Amino acid sequence: MSAVEPVNPAYRRRKRRNALMMSLSAVALAFGLFWLFWILGVLLWEGAAALRPSLFVQMTPPPGSDGGLANAIFGSVLMAGAGALIGTPVGILAGTYLAEYGRRGWLTPATRFINDVLLSAPSIVIGLFVYTVWVAQFRHFSGWAGALALAIIVVPVVVRTTDDMLKLVPHSLREAAAALGAPTWKVITLVSYRAARAGIVTGVLLAIARITGETAPLLFTALNNQFWSADLNRPMANLPVVIFQFAMSPYEDWHRLAWGGACLITLLVLGINIAARTYFRKQPV
Amino acid sequence: MKEQFGALVPIVGTLGTSFIALLIAIPVSFGIAVFLTELSPVWLRRPLGTAIEMLAAIPSIIYGMWGLFVFAPVFQLYVQPLLKKTIGQVPYLSGIVAGPPMGIGMLTAGIILAIMVIPFITAVMRDVFEIVPAMLKESAYGLGSTTWEVVRHVVLPYAKVGVIGGIMLGLGRALGETMAVTFVIGNAHQLSASLFAPGNSIASALANEFTEAVGDLYTSSLIELGLILFLITTIVLACSKLLLLQLAKREGTNA
Repeated sequence: MSAVEPVNPAYRRRKRRNALMMSLSAVALAFGLFWLFWILGVLLWEGAAALRPSLFVQMTPPPGSDGGLANAIFGSVLMAGAGALIGTPVGILAGTYLAEYGRRGWLTPATRFINDVLLSAPSIVIGLFVYTVWVAQFRHFSGWAGALALAIIVVPVVVRTTDDMLKLVPHSLREAAAALGAPTWKVITLVSYRAARAGIVTGVLLAIARITGETAPLLFTALNNQFWSADLNRPMANLPVVIFQFAMSPYEDWHRLAWGGACLITLLVLGINIAARTYFRKQPV
Repeated sequence: MKEQFGALVPIVGTLGTSFIALLIAIPVSFGIAVFLTELSPVWLRRPLGTAIEMLAAIPSIIYGMWGLFVFAPVFQLYVQPLLKKTIGQVPYLSGIVAGPPMGIGMLTAGIILAIMVIPFITAVMRDVFEIVPAMLKESAYGLGSTTWEVVRHVVLPYAKVGVIGGIMLGLGRALGETMAVTFVIGNAHQLSASLFAPGNSIASALANEFTEAVGDLYTSSLIELGLILFLITTIVLACSKLLLLQLAKREGTNA
């Protein structure tokens, strides 16, 4: 290329250093992807053997006999659904306040700060919290307690995305609506929400994906249940805790079921994640 | 019988595993972020970035199961003997690889935590690298800098606060991680200088013992343990947030 290149040792040294660092960065990427593919490969390999129709119709078995995960799948869907239904409205309303009403004053920045800390708070601590305020008061574990713990995890995720997405809506849109005489609540529901819909839906989907795989907050709240139960006032089976219990056990049958459940839950979570991203990208913000 | 409960072992375990995790995750995340922002062809950025983010989407219980059944045996069979042969021969350092290779233990937990926090640190680093003004980078390139020199002397100093914020975020995540650690740390209430030895972390002590705790004092001690964990992570996460806010503010004034 340039005339100085072959003779200048300093230049060659810098080029060598650059090549070295850039290859290291490529190696780092390969390192990250390596784990992803290893984990997914193992899950598919082990899970494929366990993913049979009986998994979805039979109850969790006692050790040594064959069974499925039907009650756990049902319990997970029920609690994640209840958690999302409780957490989503709270999250969207709070996010709306932050982005639309609380533009001045100290309350909004303070809430955003605390919300961001809560976003990464250890989920086991949330489980402990629900245990002390709910389970310990009622003196029994219950599906509602599990749903409440999951709802507490949903709220900060939804607050954050709603807030961020509403902030992206151009002010000119709001001003145009206001100039036509629309009151604030109409501006928000008819203009801001519509413009930010894709982002808010994505946030809710990501929150659901997150709580689907959460184990720690359910350990002390929903506990587990070996039988089919649709009663949210009683302890409730759920996939993550069943996987935990079965994987930690010494029984081969239970291990196979745990792999089946693990494969199922991962495919579901990754599926929701990818679906949310694709949906978001297709919609113009 | 007198009931006595101490928090030293779990606290040391939590801090120790998180430290190991950061030791591995920081350089790797930095490398990935550099690759994604500077090196990768534009059409590859999105799929590669999404793939790394998928690491964060995998539920932690899956990491735990995979760690216990797949990673720990491989680690025990191939990596631990290798470490014993190399680090174990160095005076003063041999203590950290003492003891039988069991596959599980502090080091295994740290490595799995590292994999779990890589996507979080990478995401923040990538974001803060992207806000470095193109003008600054182009001026450095115009003076003849190599890509590495631009990263080292332009991007990194500009984004320093954000990078530290991202590392703190990863630390916060690692400290509070429960299920993955519970599977592989060994759950032994003992202190050991060896990284091969089983230990315990606050979160995994809670996960293992809470539902089986008998007596008010035992339960209360575990809740106290939860409080300690919450305080540690909140402080770390608050620091992270403050640092990132500082960078965002500067971005605002420079624009």
